[in-house]
Amino acid sequence: MKILTGNDLPTGDVTWWTGSGWSRHVEDAVDVGDQGEAIAHAEEGARRVNGPYVIDATATPEGPRPAHIKDRIRALGPTVRPDLTLKPADPNAGSWVI
Amino acid sequence: MGDLLRYRDDETHEEPAVTLDAFLGQSNATAVRIESGEDARILLPYLDRLALVEVSFPKFRDGRGYSTGRILREAGYTGELRAQGDVLVDQIPLMRRCGFDSFAPEAPVDEAVLEASLARYEFHYQAAADPAVPVWKRRHG
Amino acid sequence: MYKYDEYDHSIVAARVEEFRDQVNRRLAGQITEDQFKPLRLMNGLYLQLHAYMLRVAVPYGTLDSRQMHMLAHIARKYDRGYGHFTTRQNLQYNWIKLEDAPDILAELATVEMHAIQTSGNCIRNISSDQFAGAAADELTDPRPWAELLRQWSTFHPEFSYLPRKFKICVIAAEEDRAAMRLHDIGIQIVEKDGQLGAAIYVGGGMGRTPMIAPLIKDFVPFDDFVSYLEACLRVYNRYGRRDNMYKARIKILIHELGADKYRAEVEEEFAAVKALGIDPPRAEFDRIAAYFAPPAYDAGASDALDRSDPDFAVWLDQNVSAHKQPGYAIVTISLKPVGGIPGDASADQIDLMADLAESFSFNELRVTHAQNIVLPHVAVRDLYNVWQQLRDAGLAEANLGLISDIIACPGLDYCSLANARSIPLAQKIATRFSDIGRQRELGELKLKISGCINACGHHHAGHIGILGVDRKGVENYQLSFGGSGAEDVSLGTITGPGFSEDGIVDAIEKATDLYLAQREDGERFLDTYRRLGMAPFKEAIYG
Repeated sequence: MKILTGNDLPTGDVTWWTGSGWSRHVEDAVDVGDQGEAIAHAEEGARRVNGPYVIDATATPEGPRPAHIKDRIRALGPTVRPDLTLKPADPNAGSWVI
Repeated sequence: MGDLLRYRDDETHEEPAVTLDAFLGQSNATAVRIESGEDARILLPYLDRLALVEVSFPKFRDGRGYSTGRILREAGYTGELRAQGDVLVDQIPLMRRCGFDSFAPEAPVDEAVLEASLARYEFHYQAAADPAVPVWKRRHG
Repeated sequence: MYKYDEYDHSIVAARVEEFRDQVNRRLAGQITEDQFKPLRLMNGLYLQLHAYMLRVAVPYGTLDSRQMHMLAHIARKYDRGYGHFTTRQNLQYNWIKLEDAPDILAELATVEMHAIQTSGNCIRNISSDQFAGAAADELTDPRPWAELLRQWSTFHPEFSYLPRKFKICVIAAEEDRAAMRLHDIGIQIVEKDGQLGAAIYVGGGMGRTPMIAPLIKDFVPFDDFVSYLEACLRVYNRYGRRDNMYKARIKILIHELGADKYRAEVEEEFAAVKALGIDPPRAEFDRIAAYFAPPAYDAGASDALDRSDPDFAVWLDQNVSAHKQPGYAIVTISLKPVGGIPGDASADQIDLMADLAESFSFNELRVTHAQNIVLPHVAVRDLYNVWQQLRDAGLAEANLGLISDIIACPGLDYCSLANARSIPLAQKIATRFSDIGRQRELGELKLKISGCINACGHHHAGHIGILGVDRKGVENYQLSFGGSGAEDVSLGTITGPGFSEDGIVDAIEKATDLYLAQREDGERFLDTYRRLGMAPFKEAIYG
């Protein structure tokens, strides 16, 4: 699947396109098919996202899992500081990344 | 195209700027355009007959024109020195310091922002091609 | 250390307002990200893997306790309670919001700090020797020269859109503690005919194509110093490649032109520039140098030490260096606790180090390019007290220059440029070699890890160097031996095929075992490698 990601302009938060808006959680990302570029262009023009781009992901029961490790680290947070990730209380979060 | 921005008292030079090659081949041109990769020093023998030198900034990241401007002013050029191309409001104050006194930006420039930018720094650390007195000279007279 | 006058304050304050205006215009959509990016980079603001990252300048690695306290304050108020000290002596915050950046810069300005030109295609932070003003072997304190260059390079109108970044280092000793030869311009202050001047090396760097800077001019007197550097930069600005971002550093220009041709171009440009009168007068140098006068040492301070606490003794031997003033010592605080994150310090730790500087080091600290902190002027009689406080704060790892004193870039955990994570590998290596007796047995061993080819971890200059790569989406690590960033400068050689994260830890252990078996009297790992060559190491690792 293809999912769309970017950053929130004022805060820099990593965001994911949900189909209707932008979420901080990759689980909310939807398959954009071949519409990614068009959505990205419109959203960036409206300043609802900064620097959006399309990445590959696989669909899993827990939600989309980015295909590349860099994108998974970006989705969750630094593997060396679990306390700073989006899932500080989840001991299995790290293995989702690796 | 943005409007021509000019910081000179004399009349805008009407004659179009010819390329460097054409200039070197003609004896009567008074306006020349120099591309970012061309050597400003080629013009040094001709400075006193030039009324306008237009320096190309093809992309704002290409900073060669800043050196071109300073080299021409350092050699004594007093005519109009124009920055043309991808000239953005945040670069104009730096270009002024490198001796540029007119600007032909491809995209319009917000003049209110430009005025604020030009007035922002009262002091400058280093000497350049503008009249600003560098801070070290202010400290020691 | 240097103190701002009204001019310095005015310039930094104007910059704060300028950036506030630029951010507001960006947030309002008046400028695009492409137009805004060089502007925010020139204020040290990156968009990184998780958030904006702000790189605060620590000019030539020197700061005082008030500034250090401010760094802790910003970590708490605007970030997530910690900061990362870098291989260019700066500090990075990883979780900054764009909308907060102007306020952060305003707060920094209240203590004479900024983030000016810590990124972008301009002249970056001037780095220097972390032992400046304290080491016995220096000819003079290099920092007044560095401060002169800081001012010269700040908002230089001609050099703000260079082909690429530009890094300058100034030292003043034969021992190179700052990797001077691996900078775009490396300067060593030397003496000739009773005068101080600069030996200028141009064209060093790491990254994709590491190079050692050749000597371009062996002596530039003070009166020509700024003009000569102006000429060096102008030749680069005019002729540096702009067609390919990976070939745009000055080292490529020098490599392609040759050092002789580059020197000739600079001499020609220098002749023109010198006539302009841009060199500051000697009085300006003296004004700056006065700020770097030695602190008010206690002339009667004793060198007497009680070494009876064995843990203190280990730390003393490893992390404390000789000071030129009797009764004083140079303390290096390791930010490399075994299993920790190299170069990171919590806000509480930063505050503690600031307090120690205020109480025991005449208010002064240094950041080293190896990502550690120095208290440059500690009275020997205070060392035990300092050590106890460091120990209680987890800052007393006694590993300066040992294998666990690893230089590591933030890597794929933080950096969008990275291909592999570097921090977990650093932790694994340090843990494997955690026994301090074993580390001391191995002796000086500079291990450096970069998470990508940009080499921010200086792996080319590691006695053991590691480069993280992406091999079909899986992290992989190349091993190299024989690099050095000291005065015996050399670039490392790759051993052979790459390794997994666990594999490379084993490979390193095999290499160090070979070293221990083969070393001759007094040889470091680097020396044994240089003597034996790669073959026996390759055999041990892969055979």
